[in-house]
Amino acid sequence: MKENIVLEMKNIHKGFPGVKALQGVEFTLREGEIHALMGENGAGKSTLIKVLTGVYEKDEGDIFLKGYDKAVSIRSPQDAQRVGISTVYQEITLCPNLSVAENMYIGRTAGMGQNWKKINADADKLLRSLDIPASATQQLASCSIAVQQMVAIARAVDMDCKVLILDEPTSSLDEQEVEKLFGLMRNLKEKGVGIIFVTHFLDQVYEVCDRITVLRDGKLVGAYDIKDLPRVQLVAKMLGKELDDMSDIKSEGAVYSGEDAGTAVLEAEGLVSDAGIKPFDFYINKGEVNGFTGLLGSGRSECVRAIFGADRVVGGKVKMHGKDVKISKPIQAMKHGIAYLPEDRKLDGIVGDLSVRDNIILALQTLKGFFRPISKAQAYKYADEYIKLLDVKTASADTPIKSLSGGNQQKVILARWLLTHPDYLILDEPTRGIDVGTKVDIQKLVLKLAGEGMSITFISSETDEMLRTCSRLVVMRDRKVVGELSGEQLTQNMIMNTIAGGNRDNAEN
Amino acid sequence: MQKIEKKKASPMEVMKKILGRQIFIPIAALLLLVLFNLIVDPSFFAVVMKTNSAGNPVLTGNLITILDNGSELAILAIGMTLVTAAAGGQDISVGAGIAISGSVMLRVLCGTNPKPEAIQAPIIVAFLVGCLAAMLCGAFNGALVAYFKIQPMVATLILYTAGRSIAAWVNHNQLPIVPPGSFSYFGGVIPGIPIPTPFFIAIGCMILIALVLKFTTLGLYTQSVGINESSSRLNGLNPILIKFLAFVILGICVAVAGLIKVSRFSTINYSVIAKDIEMDAILAVALGGNALSGGKFNIAASILGAYVIQFLTTTLYKFNVRSDALPAYKAVVVIVLVVASAPRVREYLNGLKKKMIQNPSRKEVG
Amino acid sequence: MSSEKAMSSGKKSGGIFRNMTDTNLLLTITIVIFFVMYIGAMIFQGGAFLKPQAFLNILNSQAALIITACGMSIVMITGGIDISVGGVVALVSMSCAVYLDFQGGNVFGALLIALGIGLAFGIIQGALVAYLDIQPFIVTLAGMFFARGMTTIVHTEPFNVTNEQFVALKNTRITIPGLGSMSKNGTYVDAYIEIGVVVALLTVAIFFCVLRWTKLGRRFYAVGGNSQSALMLGINVRRTKFYSHLICGLLAGIGGFIYFLHIGSGSPSHASGMEMNAIASSIIGGTMLTGGVGNIIGTLFGVLSLSTIQNIVSSAGLGEAWWTGITIAGMLCLFLVIQSVVMARKKKALKS
Repeated sequence: MKENIVLEMKNIHKGFPGVKALQGVEFTLREGEIHALMGENGAGKSTLIKVLTGVYEKDEGDIFLKGYDKAVSIRSPQDAQRVGISTVYQEITLCPNLSVAENMYIGRTAGMGQNWKKINADADKLLRSLDIPASATQQLASCSIAVQQMVAIARAVDMDCKVLILDEPTSSLDEQEVEKLFGLMRNLKEKGVGIIFVTHFLDQVYEVCDRITVLRDGKLVGAYDIKDLPRVQLVAKMLGKELDDMSDIKSEGAVYSGEDAGTAVLEAEGLVSDAGIKPFDFYINKGEVNGFTGLLGSGRSECVRAIFGADRVVGGKVKMHGKDVKISKPIQAMKHGIAYLPEDRKLDGIVGDLSVRDNIILALQTLKGFFRPISKAQAYKYADEYIKLLDVKTASADTPIKSLSGGNQQKVILARWLLTHPDYLILDEPTRGIDVGTKVDIQKLVLKLAGEGMSITFISSETDEMLRTCSRLVVMRDRKVVGELSGEQLTQNMIMNTIAGGNRDNAEN
Repeated sequence: MQKIEKKKASPMEVMKKILGRQIFIPIAALLLLVLFNLIVDPSFFAVVMKTNSAGNPVLTGNLITILDNGSELAILAIGMTLVTAAAGGQDISVGAGIAISGSVMLRVLCGTNPKPEAIQAPIIVAFLVGCLAAMLCGAFNGALVAYFKIQPMVATLILYTAGRSIAAWVNHNQLPIVPPGSFSYFGGVIPGIPIPTPFFIAIGCMILIALVLKFTTLGLYTQSVGINESSSRLNGLNPILIKFLAFVILGICVAVAGLIKVSRFSTINYSVIAKDIEMDAILAVALGGNALSGGKFNIAASILGAYVIQFLTTTLYKFNVRSDALPAYKAVVVIVLVVASAPRVREYLNGLKKKMIQNPSRKEVG
Repeated sequence: MSSEKAMSSGKKSGGIFRNMTDTNLLLTITIVIFFVMYIGAMIFQGGAFLKPQAFLNILNSQAALIITACGMSIVMITGGIDISVGGVVALVSMSCAVYLDFQGGNVFGALLIALGIGLAFGIIQGALVAYLDIQPFIVTLAGMFFARGMTTIVHTEPFNVTNEQFVALKNTRITIPGLGSMSKNGTYVDAYIEIGVVVALLTVAIFFCVLRWTKLGRRFYAVGGNSQSALMLGINVRRTKFYSHLICGLLAGIGGFIYFLHIGSGSPSHASGMEMNAIASSIIGGTMLTGGVGNIIGTLFGVLSLSTIQNIVSSAGLGEAWWTGITIAGMLCLFLVIQSVVMARKKKALKS
């Protein structure tokens, strides 16, 4: 092992039933560097982190650490801490009701007694040396989220860590707080700690990191020095599209040609919710398919959730068919003919223990109201119709939806909303985590529905899906709408450029 | 080969299907109790026609006692099942609620005079006022649970503590006695009908809830909210309202149970009436195979569970167990039940089962 | 821009809340309310409230409640609940009474019985809650019914204990010099407390220190505050939960003995509703139902507030029995609302 390398992961394999999550991934971390681990959802970042921290056991491969002659075996988070690997997660894993010092030292030693005076003094010293604006005896809950994040880091540092993993630490911080956190990271870098930084924010990567490792589909794409990898190329590598891959995919479906084509179905102005997005304007026409694009965490879902009233709307105006409407609850949106297929299928979509039939009729039923239940016979009719139409693979309409595969669950949720015959359908990541066949089915269906006059917003992490279906794309970065592309502009390159933002001239490379 | 295997699997699968049905648990428990009594003393099941003190012919026997005394519990089980399904917790103030609504009914029936010559208001008015009181209690609990998001058991603790005191306060701690007349029919027998009225009231409640479940979407909404609140909200439901509604419906059940209870004695004892009934009602829901953490429910199974508990109680009485020692036995049943259904225990048992299945196959390979 | 503005204004309005821990904030509210109430009673109702012995009598009669409420607070801080304590107290006093009078036992043996019963309940309930993941409410509800049922199985009729050794201990009074007062016929009567009060105050002192300064104590707070985080911080969450129930059971046993010492008889109806009083005291004392926040000193003041308000109600002419239950429930409700309002404001102040 070279002198300045603290961590080396070689030929890491990890599989789950039916999925190869990691295939021969290599990863090297040097002393005193901040190393970004990049990749879209499902690329294998979190699996790699979990293998490293002992949450998962690897199937194959070796992990070498500085100071150990042989490969180390890490079987539990405690093992990882013992050999000097500490992790700070996106959700703060501290106890807000305890003091800062307690959070830094609790659970680390055995025995009954504790010299709190010494601990408070030690904690204060450490906090000061790391420039963390908190005092040892303060209650953690009274610190800002950023400071809490820093306290978690301080705890990790105090445990003599050589490798510090920061798993999306910045997603709930504002700009100033991020700056503070970066200050701390640079400070640690000076002290020789190797930092693995996982984030979705490109700006932050280019601000603070030294090197980048990119993963895609469980495989290593490559490791690069930051100065050798311009943004556009990074995005291309993450999405798996080379720059010269210019093949222009045009919509194949029939285009809606009714009289009212081109009239706005929904217009939103300065819409903003409490989920942390900047106010945005938006419109969609009759029979149009448009999409929100941007990397994960850029605020795509938050925008459509605001339109549907799923988050608390705090400002802005919405017009449906040219008339002002008030949408603050999902039911109001539904009554105006909006349907929303949520991003998180498990958490927000399926009602797990209920049957496929009940899941299909749920939305229509709430629209019909409490005193007009859909009869069992009618429910079966609807269910059978849509099971056939969407080719849902289920034993029967009475099967609990949780026992279906992901793709079939998604089809059931889609059926639920199609059954309400909406004017405007929002599909948030309908193709995530489902098999390829179903992905194609869903895209075809989107084009067919649009041809029949439905307005559809389609969100996907996979750009080529968006290119195939959408005629207009709203581009988002860091929770802001940063551009809109349509017609000729709809190319991989253009999208990547707009997502990457900033140094546009790199695109012409 | 394959054909033979299929044939072999089918009776197993039928078994599995029967075992998998939720209602199997209370039925099995009931059968077990019946069997036990058949072996120990078959005369347990004797039903004879006797003439009661008022000169009416009535059926008597342990089975009739079970159907009669189990009525209140069966009615409460309906509401408790809904609350459990929607809120994922239980209401422990139902006993106190019965005391309040019963006290209110007596107050309306007797007026200010604790021993009136004749009832001061029509029974239906008394019942409706009592019902309103119980629904208010339910609404109070519901508001704390649904709106303030306090755990159901803790929120209902308030009324559990205060309920019986409020009931005493309603009648200024006097014990009004309803003059003899038709009021006693609700807890006794109607002249000419040999079966106790509470049984008919319970049947009426069951039919009513069956109709409500058929002609409204209550069932679907309640289960949906109990299983996945976030998803329900995105489908246009109002989880707060539905939880609140479940508590109010339980309030109505409490009022009906209260009517039967006070009618049985034509008076009320604030500290004893419907004592510990909340425990039995929760137990009925659990015995019915409903998850106490909410979600899918089966009211028929809960009702059956209620009668199983009454069966158990009557059996224990027959073995001369004192009424105030009963809770100790029931507590043992509860603990056995929750331990058997605890996810960790189930996981462990499943693991054991797998090992047992895997081991022989491994031997074959070896 | 606007967010900055909101930040500065939030700082102003939330200033007091910000710099205080949740525990101390709720504790302060409780203590202030208690003193306001007691001093108010002294001014407006005078009479009994002016005598120090009146205050000491509250301690004498509530010593057992103070001890059981301490255990309750610890379980609640850890995020659980234990409603079996009333039943355990009744079972302990009945068992001790039967042992002393019918079996000819001595006081020391009775004490061992009390500790044994408490410990047994603590261990079994703790194991079911911590290691089998069963809801604490269900487990301890069953525990309560079991204890109540067992009490009547041990003995059905209430009776007074006549064991000499015990009666002597029961009548032991510790006089407190300087706080006596003149009785009606002009003789000076010393102020006194019973043995139970010493035990109760000792319990409060010990568990205040345990919760404040030992690792175990801080782990209770950590598990109650966020058990997932506690696990990530390397705390054995299951064992911590188990200990909380164990301590609560043990304190219920001790509380049962003190209750028995005060009341001197065994009866199935003893300590009825005590679990609710203990929970109410803890909540009034600033222990949060959701766990992670609470203080033993607060619990002490919770018990005192509870009995003070009962005294006020009864001396205000509302002597009827039902007022007690209604008052306790009313106070419980009030403090629940105060907790949620204060916490909501605090959260808001932190957010902006």
